[in-house]
Amino acid sequence: MSLLKCENVTLGYEGKEIVSNISFELNKGDYLCIVGENGSGKSTLMKGILGLIKPYNGKIEIQSGGVGYLPQQTILQKDFPVSVNEVILSGCLVKHRFNPFYTAGDRKAADEAAKKLELYDLKKKCYQELSGGQQQRVLLARALCAAGELLILDEPAAGLDPIITNELYDIIDNLNKNDDITVIMVSHDIKAAIKYASHIMHIGVSSCFFGTKEQYLTTESGKSFLGGDTNG
Amino acid sequence: MDNLLSVFSYSFMVNALIAGALISVCAALLGVILVLKRYSMIGDGLSHVGFGAMSIAAALGLSPLSIAIPVVTISALLLMRISINSKIKGDAAIGLISTGALAFGIIIVSVAGVNTDLNSYLFGSILSLSDTDMALSVVLCAVVVLMYIVLYNKIFAITFDESFASASGIKTGIYNSVIAVLSAVTIVLGMRMMGALLISALIIFPALTAMRVFKTFKTVSVFSVIIALVCFFAGMMISFWLSTPAGATVVAVNIIVFIVFSIIGFIKTR
Repeated sequence: MSLLKCENVTLGYEGKEIVSNISFELNKGDYLCIVGENGSGKSTLMKGILGLIKPYNGKIEIQSGGVGYLPQQTILQKDFPVSVNEVILSGCLVKHRFNPFYTAGDRKAADEAAKKLELYDLKKKCYQELSGGQQQRVLLARALCAAGELLILDEPAAGLDPIITNELYDIIDNLNKNDDITVIMVSHDIKAAIKYASHIMHIGVSSCFFGTKEQYLTTESGKSFLGGDTNG
Repeated sequence: MDNLLSVFSYSFMVNALIAGALISVCAALLGVILVLKRYSMIGDGLSHVGFGAMSIAAALGLSPLSIAIPVVTISALLLMRISINSKIKGDAAIGLISTGALAFGIIIVSVAGVNTDLNSYLFGSILSLSDTDMALSVVLCAVVVLMYIVLYNKIFAITFDESFASASGIKTGIYNSVIAVLSAVTIVLGMRMMGALLISALIIFPALTAMRVFKTFKTVSVFSVIIALVCFFAGMMISFWLSTPAGATVVAVNIIVFIVFSIIGFIKTR
């Protein structure tokens, strides 16, 4: 059974179409990387999947108890007075319809997410005192609290150094393989996409590719990557 | 001691102390949100709009609040919308609206020959607080405190990360509007005592001061209220004894406490 199904989806802002006629399907446990140039519509597609914008055409169906979203960090978060625990707990709000307060179950879920990402000892720490990689892990833990089976990550490695980036990719890979969480990642990093993803979507200006990683490597843009030189 | 208690023998003073304390609590709580969302200057802009609206009300012989509250509320919603759409535009828009409203207000006050003292609008007066102000302050404070407690988790989520909050199904637009409306009412009620030029200090200072030392959302929220109340009462007492203007004295105390907290924060992080 498919977890996410997009049928002929057209998305855009203020009447302007940005991505048109996209169809694809993801099953539980898949790892999709959405790659493409700046302005090609990667983020627009992601916002459509998240339900932040409504498609002009087609439909998007998600069979998941909740979507864990990892947005890009904003400048104002850098000096925000907040503890690690407060941030992680806020992921649980997605399950709240009417009860405005956190439950004991929420606190347990937050602790589990913190343990999974090796943040438990930092729980009481202040978010602004953490390193960039740790901050990203905190936001990932928050996403885990919100996620049923699906994680959507927006350029998770933006602004991180290479070592931390690899660590983060390994953590995400682990969540995908060991916890069977479906991952959708918007990324610039085609190299990492090919290393970790099971499926790849390449959004180009005129065409759009969706398929498994193996299929992608036989396409023009995939080949150019294998050739070594890429401007991706 | 007699001197200290003599403050309470004046009924206008009791009114001012109660209403002012309640407004300080509202301003401090809303201030935490506004400062963290980088909306601090909206408070400043709104108070100038409030000045313009009040001078129109005075010229027309209407009660100041009946004009100022709706006008400032609408401006707050507009400014919030502009700020969300584009940062730089929002910044400039606030400057435009606030100076425009101020200029407009000054012209009306001088041309219409309103007998209310211009000074008391700009710099505040504790004599201007009526029983209506008192009643409104009580209602406003109850609404703001209740909202802050009940919606605390959602308010945090929206302030910290609006995209995540809306992806979690929180209707961020509604919450932002509620915060804008409450800020508008707080500013209108507070500006009569503090003055149009000084009311935004009540919004900005307590939150910023608390953030020097405290590092979680909960402690910052709680301590900005405590700081606001301490500064307000200290400022009022000092102004009573030294016969200095109340609003300006409260702001001066806020500055001193801010400096003290900055030093404490600096020592703590070293």
